[in-house]
Amino acid sequence: MDNISIIGAISIIVAGLTMAIGSIAPALGEGRALAQALSSIAQQPDETNTITRTLFVGMAMVESTAIYCFVVSMILIFANPFWEYVVSKAGG
Amino acid sequence: MHITPDTLIIFQWGPVSLNATILFTWCVMVLMVVGSWLITRKLSTETHLSRWQNLIEVLVTGMRDEIRDISSQDPGRYLSFVGTLFLFIAVSNLLGIVPGYVPPTSSFSTAAGLALCVFVAVPLYAISQKGLSYLKEYIEPSIFMLPFNIIGEISRTFALAVRLFGNIMSGTIIAAILLGIAPLIFPVLMQVLGLLIGLIQAYIFAILAMVYIAAATHVQRKEGETGRQSEKGDLSDG
Repeated sequence: MDNISIIGAISIIVAGLTMAIGSIAPALGEGRALAQALSSIAQQPDETNTITRTLFVGMAMVESTAIYCFVVSMILIFANPFWEYVVSKAGG
Repeated sequence: MHITPDTLIIFQWGPVSLNATILFTWCVMVLMVVGSWLITRKLSTETHLSRWQNLIEVLVTGMRDEIRDISSQDPGRYLSFVGTLFLFIAVSNLLGIVPGYVPPTSSFSTAAGLALCVFVAVPLYAISQKGLSYLKEYIEPSIFMLPFNIIGEISRTFALAVRLFGNIMSGTIIAAILLGIAPLIFPVLMQVLGLLIGLIQAYIFAILAMVYIAAATHVQRKEGETGRQSEKGDLSDG
Protein backbone atom coordinates (compact mmCIF):
# COMPACT_ATOMS: atom_id res chain seq x y z
CA MET A 1 0.00 0.00 0.00
CA ASP A 2 1.16 3.49 -0.66
CA ASN A 3 1.16 6.24 1.94
CA ILE A 4 -2.24 7.68 1.08
CA SER A 5 -4.09 4.38 1.46
CA ILE A 6 -2.28 3.57 4.73
CA ILE A 7 -3.12 6.93 6.27
CA GLY A 8 -6.69 6.86 5.01
CA ALA A 9 -7.38 3.33 6.22
CA ILE A 10 -5.78 3.88 9.62
CA SER A 11 -7.63 7.18 10.12
CA ILE A 12 -11.01 5.63 9.39
CA ILE A 13 -10.39 2.51 11.49
CA VAL A 14 -9.08 4.48 14.44
CA ALA A 15 -11.95 6.96 14.21
CA GLY A 16 -14.42 4.09 14.49
CA LEU A 17 -12.47 2.49 17.33
CA THR A 18 -12.30 5.82 19.16
CA MET A 19 -16.06 6.17 19.15
CA ALA A 20 -16.69 2.50 19.90
CA ILE A 21 -14.35 2.18 22.87
CA GLY A 22 -14.67 5.73 24.08
CA SER A 23 -18.43 5.66 24.42
CA ILE A 24 -18.59 2.54 26.61
CA ALA A 25 -17.52 4.09 29.87
CA PRO A 26 -19.53 7.33 29.61
CA ALA A 27 -22.63 5.31 28.71
CA LEU A 28 -22.21 3.10 31.77
CA GLY A 29 -21.52 6.11 33.96
CA GLU A 30 -24.51 8.06 32.70
CA GLY A 31 -26.73 5.04 33.17
CA ARG A 32 -25.58 4.67 36.75
CA ALA A 33 -26.06 8.37 37.44
CA LEU A 34 -29.54 8.34 35.97
CA ALA A 35 -30.59 5.23 37.89
CA GLN A 36 -29.28 6.69 41.13
CA ALA A 37 -31.04 10.01 40.50
CA LEU A 38 -34.31 8.24 39.70
CA SER A 39 -34.22 6.25 42.90
CA SER A 40 -33.34 9.41 44.85
CA ILE A 41 -36.32 11.20 43.32
CA ALA A 42 -38.51 8.23 44.19
CA GLN A 43 -37.33 8.45 47.80
CA GLN A 44 -37.45 12.23 48.12
CA PRO A 45 -39.85 13.76 45.60
CA ASP A 46 -39.56 17.16 47.31
CA GLU A 47 -35.93 17.49 46.27
CA THR A 48 -36.67 16.84 42.60
CA ASN A 49 -35.49 20.26 41.44
CA THR A 50 -32.11 20.07 43.13
CA ILE A 51 -31.56 16.47 42.07
CA THR A 52 -32.48 17.18 38.46
CA ARG A 53 -30.20 20.18 38.24
CA THR A 54 -27.27 18.37 39.78
CA LEU A 55 -28.00 15.40 37.53
CA PHE A 56 -27.85 17.56 34.41
CA VAL A 57 -24.61 19.21 35.41
CA GLY A 58 -23.03 15.90 36.41
CA MET A 59 -24.20 14.19 33.25
CA ALA A 60 -22.64 16.96 31.18
CA MET A 61 -19.39 16.34 33.04
CA VAL A 62 -19.55 12.60 32.44
CA GLU A 63 -20.56 13.07 28.85
CA SER A 64 -17.64 15.33 28.07
CA THR A 65 -15.27 12.35 27.75
CA ALA A 66 -17.52 10.92 25.06
CA ILE A 67 -17.61 14.33 23.40
CA TYR A 68 -13.80 14.42 23.39
CA CYS A 69 -13.77 11.06 21.61
CA PHE A 70 -16.29 12.37 19.11
CA VAL A 71 -14.26 15.49 18.43
CA VAL A 72 -11.10 13.41 17.96
CA SER A 73 -12.80 11.06 15.53
CA MET A 74 -14.27 14.01 13.61
CA ILE A 75 -10.80 15.54 13.37
CA LEU A 76 -9.43 12.20 12.14
CA ILE A 77 -12.04 12.02 9.41
CA PHE A 78 -12.61 15.61 8.28
CA ALA A 79 -9.56 17.60 9.34
CA ASN A 80 -6.72 15.09 9.51
CA PRO A 81 -3.40 17.00 9.45
CA PHE A 82 -1.37 13.98 8.27
CA TRP A 83 -3.77 13.31 5.45
CA GLU A 84 -3.57 16.93 4.29
CA TYR A 85 0.22 16.84 4.52
CA VAL A 86 0.47 13.71 2.39
CA VAL A 87 -2.05 15.01 -0.12
CA SER A 88 -0.22 18.31 -0.44
CA LYS A 89 3.09 16.43 -0.92
CA ALA A 90 1.56 14.20 -3.58
CA GLY A 91 -0.17 17.07 -5.28
CA GLY A 92 2.72 19.51 -5.26
CA MET B 1 -18.82 19.02 4.35
CA HIS B 2 -17.82 21.89 6.60
CA ILE B 3 -16.82 20.78 10.09
CA THR B 4 -16.84 24.37 11.31
CA PRO B 5 -18.55 27.50 9.96
CA ASP B 6 -15.21 29.30 10.22
CA THR B 7 -14.26 27.95 6.81
CA LEU B 8 -17.52 29.05 5.23
CA ILE B 9 -16.54 32.36 3.67
CA ILE B 10 -19.60 34.42 2.87
CA PHE B 11 -18.00 37.62 1.74
CA GLN B 12 -14.45 38.34 0.62
CA TRP B 13 -13.31 41.93 0.51
CA GLY B 14 -9.64 42.19 -0.26
CA PRO B 15 -7.70 40.70 2.66
CA VAL B 16 -10.77 40.95 4.90
CA SER B 17 -13.05 37.97 4.79
CA LEU B 18 -16.36 37.61 6.56
CA ASN B 19 -17.06 34.04 7.59
CA ALA B 20 -20.34 32.50 8.65
CA THR B 21 -19.44 32.48 12.35
CA ILE B 22 -18.96 36.24 12.56
CA LEU B 23 -21.96 37.00 10.39
CA PHE B 24 -24.38 34.84 12.37
CA THR B 25 -22.95 36.03 15.69
CA TRP B 26 -23.74 39.56 14.57
CA CYS B 27 -27.23 38.43 13.53
CA VAL B 28 -27.87 36.94 16.99
CA MET B 29 -26.50 40.05 18.70
CA VAL B 30 -28.64 42.39 16.60
CA LEU B 31 -31.71 40.24 17.17
CA MET B 32 -31.23 40.17 20.92
CA VAL B 33 -30.32 43.85 21.33
CA VAL B 34 -33.08 45.18 19.09
CA GLY B 35 -35.60 42.74 20.56
CA SER B 36 -34.89 43.64 24.16
CA TRP B 37 -34.78 47.36 23.27
CA LEU B 38 -38.20 47.10 21.64
CA ILE B 39 -39.62 45.23 24.61
CA THR B 40 -38.16 47.35 27.38
CA ARG B 41 -39.11 50.59 25.58
CA LYS B 42 -42.60 50.57 27.03
CA LEU B 43 -42.70 48.58 30.25
CA SER B 44 -45.82 48.70 32.35
CA THR B 45 -46.21 48.26 36.07
CA GLU B 46 -49.96 47.77 35.90
CA THR B 47 -51.81 44.50 36.04
CA HIS B 48 -52.01 44.28 32.27
CA LEU B 49 -48.69 43.29 30.70
CA SER B 50 -47.76 42.93 27.11
CA ARG B 51 -46.93 39.31 26.36
CA TRP B 52 -43.33 40.13 25.47
CA GLN B 53 -42.76 41.87 28.78
CA ASN B 54 -44.21 38.78 30.41
CA LEU B 55 -41.70 36.60 28.56
CA ILE B 56 -38.75 38.75 29.61
CA GLU B 57 -39.94 38.84 33.21
CA VAL B 58 -40.26 35.06 33.31
CA LEU B 59 -36.75 34.70 31.88
CA VAL B 60 -35.12 37.18 34.23
CA THR B 61 -36.85 35.96 37.40
CA GLY B 62 -36.14 32.36 36.43
CA MET B 63 -32.45 33.11 35.99
CA ARG B 64 -32.33 35.07 39.24
CA ASP B 65 -33.92 32.17 41.17
CA GLU B 66 -31.56 29.67 39.60
CA ILE B 67 -28.49 31.76 40.40
CA ARG B 68 -29.69 32.31 43.97
CA ASP B 69 -30.23 28.55 44.40
CA ILE B 70 -26.75 27.70 43.20
CA SER B 71 -24.64 30.40 44.75
CA SER B 72 -26.80 31.12 47.83
CA GLN B 73 -25.79 34.76 47.35
CA ASP B 74 -27.56 37.79 45.97
CA PRO B 75 -27.97 37.12 42.23
CA GLY B 76 -27.67 40.76 41.16
CA ARG B 77 -23.92 40.78 40.53
CA TYR B 78 -23.90 37.58 38.52
CA LEU B 79 -27.10 38.00 36.55
CA SER B 80 -25.61 40.18 33.84
CA PHE B 81 -22.74 37.80 33.07
CA VAL B 82 -24.34 34.38 33.50
CA GLY B 83 -27.67 35.49 32.07
CA THR B 84 -25.99 36.90 28.99
CA LEU B 85 -24.09 33.65 28.46
CA PHE B 86 -27.30 31.64 28.76
CA LEU B 87 -29.37 33.88 26.50
CA PHE B 88 -26.71 34.17 23.81
CA ILE B 89 -26.06 30.43 23.61
CA ALA B 90 -29.74 29.56 23.82
CA VAL B 91 -30.77 31.99 21.09
CA SER B 92 -27.93 31.02 18.78
CA ASN B 93 -28.75 27.32 19.22
CA LEU B 94 -32.50 27.68 18.92
CA LEU B 95 -32.24 29.70 15.72
CA GLY B 96 -30.91 26.48 14.13
CA ILE B 97 -34.40 25.73 12.84
CA VAL B 98 -34.12 28.69 10.46
CA PRO B 99 -33.01 27.35 7.07
CA GLY B 100 -29.57 28.50 5.98
CA TYR B 101 -28.55 29.48 9.47
CA VAL B 102 -25.46 27.87 10.98
CA PRO B 103 -25.24 28.14 14.77
CA PRO B 104 -22.14 30.19 15.63
CA THR B 105 -21.68 27.96 18.68
CA SER B 106 -20.84 25.05 16.33
CA SER B 107 -17.54 26.82 15.66
CA PHE B 108 -14.75 26.15 18.10
CA SER B 109 -13.76 29.83 18.06
CA THR B 110 -17.07 30.95 19.55
CA ALA B 111 -17.12 28.23 22.17
CA ALA B 112 -13.52 28.94 23.13
CA GLY B 113 -14.26 32.65 23.34
CA LEU B 114 -17.18 32.10 25.68
CA ALA B 115 -15.14 29.71 27.81
CA LEU B 116 -12.32 32.26 28.00
CA CYS B 117 -14.84 34.80 29.28
CA VAL B 118 -15.66 32.39 32.11
CA PHE B 119 -11.95 31.75 32.69
CA VAL B 120 -11.36 35.48 33.18
CA ALA B 121 -14.58 36.17 35.06
CA VAL B 122 -13.97 33.65 37.85
CA PRO B 123 -10.86 35.35 39.36
CA LEU B 124 -12.31 38.81 38.64
CA TYR B 125 -15.47 38.11 40.63
CA ALA B 126 -13.51 36.42 43.40
CA ILE B 127 -10.96 39.24 43.70
CA SER B 128 -13.61 41.95 43.61
CA GLN B 129 -15.41 40.13 46.41
CA LYS B 130 -12.61 38.86 48.63
CA GLY B 131 -9.67 41.02 47.63
CA LEU B 132 -6.29 39.71 46.58
CA SER B 133 -6.38 37.09 49.32
CA TYR B 134 -8.25 34.96 46.78
CA LEU B 135 -4.96 34.29 45.05
CA LYS B 136 -3.82 32.48 48.18
CA GLU B 137 -6.31 29.72 47.37
CA TYR B 138 -4.10 28.67 44.49
CA ILE B 139 -1.39 27.56 46.92
CA GLU B 140 -3.81 25.70 49.17
CA PRO B 141 -3.18 23.27 50.81
CA SER B 142 0.52 23.67 50.01
CA ILE B 143 2.72 25.44 47.48
CA PHE B 144 3.26 22.21 45.57
CA MET B 145 -0.36 22.24 44.50
CA LEU B 146 0.06 25.47 42.53
CA PRO B 147 0.69 23.86 39.13
CA PHE B 148 -2.15 21.42 39.62
CA ASN B 149 -4.59 24.17 40.53
CA ILE B 150 -3.60 26.12 37.43
CA ILE B 151 -3.86 23.02 35.24
CA GLY B 152 -7.29 22.40 36.72
CA GLU B 153 -8.43 25.90 35.82
CA ILE B 154 -7.19 25.57 32.25
CA SER B 155 -8.52 22.08 31.68
CA ARG B 156 -11.99 22.90 32.93
CA THR B 157 -12.07 25.93 30.61
CA PHE B 158 -11.04 23.68 27.74
CA ALA B 159 -13.68 21.13 28.73
CA LEU B 160 -16.33 23.86 28.79
CA ALA B 161 -15.41 24.93 25.26
CA VAL B 162 -15.14 21.43 23.79
CA ARG B 163 -18.41 20.32 25.39
CA LEU B 164 -20.42 23.15 23.83
CA PHE B 165 -18.64 22.87 20.48
CA GLY B 166 -18.89 19.08 20.32
CA ASN B 167 -22.56 18.90 21.17
CA ILE B 168 -23.72 21.56 18.73
CA MET B 169 -21.34 20.45 15.98
CA SER B 170 -22.47 16.83 16.34
CA GLY B 171 -26.08 17.93 15.92
CA THR B 172 -25.24 19.72 12.68
CA ILE B 173 -23.16 16.84 11.31
CA ILE B 174 -25.69 14.15 12.24
CA ALA B 175 -28.41 16.15 10.50
CA ALA B 176 -26.22 16.38 7.39
CA ILE B 177 -25.43 12.65 7.41
CA LEU B 178 -29.08 11.67 7.94
CA LEU B 179 -30.11 13.85 5.02
CA GLY B 180 -28.10 11.48 2.86
CA ILE B 181 -29.54 8.31 4.39
CA ALA B 182 -33.21 9.01 5.15
CA PRO B 183 -34.13 12.44 3.81
CA LEU B 184 -37.89 12.46 4.33
CA ILE B 185 -39.13 12.49 7.95
CA PHE B 186 -36.27 11.40 10.15
CA PRO B 187 -34.14 14.58 9.98
CA VAL B 188 -37.09 16.50 11.45
CA LEU B 189 -36.94 14.34 14.56
CA MET B 190 -33.20 14.85 14.83
CA GLN B 191 -33.77 18.57 14.42
CA VAL B 192 -36.20 18.52 17.35
CA LEU B 193 -33.65 16.60 19.40
CA GLY B 194 -31.06 19.17 18.33
CA LEU B 195 -33.25 21.95 19.72
CA LEU B 196 -33.51 20.14 23.04
CA ILE B 197 -29.76 19.53 23.15
CA GLY B 198 -29.07 23.16 22.27
CA LEU B 199 -31.20 24.43 25.13
CA ILE B 200 -29.72 21.92 27.60
CA GLN B 201 -26.19 22.86 26.58
CA ALA B 202 -26.96 26.56 27.06
CA TYR B 203 -28.34 25.74 30.51
CA ILE B 204 -25.34 23.59 31.40
CA PHE B 205 -22.86 26.19 30.20
CA ALA B 206 -24.48 28.89 32.32
CA ILE B 207 -24.85 26.58 35.32
CA LEU B 208 -21.22 25.48 35.16
CA ALA B 209 -20.04 29.09 34.85
CA MET B 210 -22.13 29.91 37.90
CA VAL B 211 -20.84 26.91 39.83
CA TYR B 212 -17.23 27.92 39.10
CA ILE B 213 -17.88 31.51 40.14
CA ALA B 214 -19.77 30.43 43.25
CA ALA B 215 -16.99 28.03 44.25
CA ALA B 216 -14.46 30.85 43.91
CA THR B 217 -16.51 33.49 45.72
CA HIS B 218 -18.15 31.68 48.61
CA VAL B 219 -16.80 33.34 51.69
CA GLN B 220 -17.49 31.14 54.63
CA ARG B 221 -19.39 27.96 55.08
CA LYS B 222 -22.37 28.26 57.34
CA GLU B 223 -22.89 25.49 59.81
CA GLY B 224 -26.13 24.15 58.39
CA GLU B 225 -25.02 24.29 54.78
CA THR B 226 -21.70 22.49 54.99
CA GLY B 227 -22.89 19.41 53.15
CA ARG B 228 -24.47 21.23 50.24
CA GLN B 229 -21.60 23.64 49.85
CA SER B 230 -18.97 20.94 49.76
CA GLU B 231 -21.04 18.99 47.28
CA LYS B 232 -20.99 21.97 44.95
CA GLY B 233 -17.29 22.39 45.55
CA ASP B 234 -16.74 18.84 44.36
CA LEU B 235 -18.71 19.50 41.20
CA SER B 236 -16.45 22.32 40.20
CA ASP B 237 -13.33 20.17 40.10
CA GLY B 238 -14.01 18.58 36.73
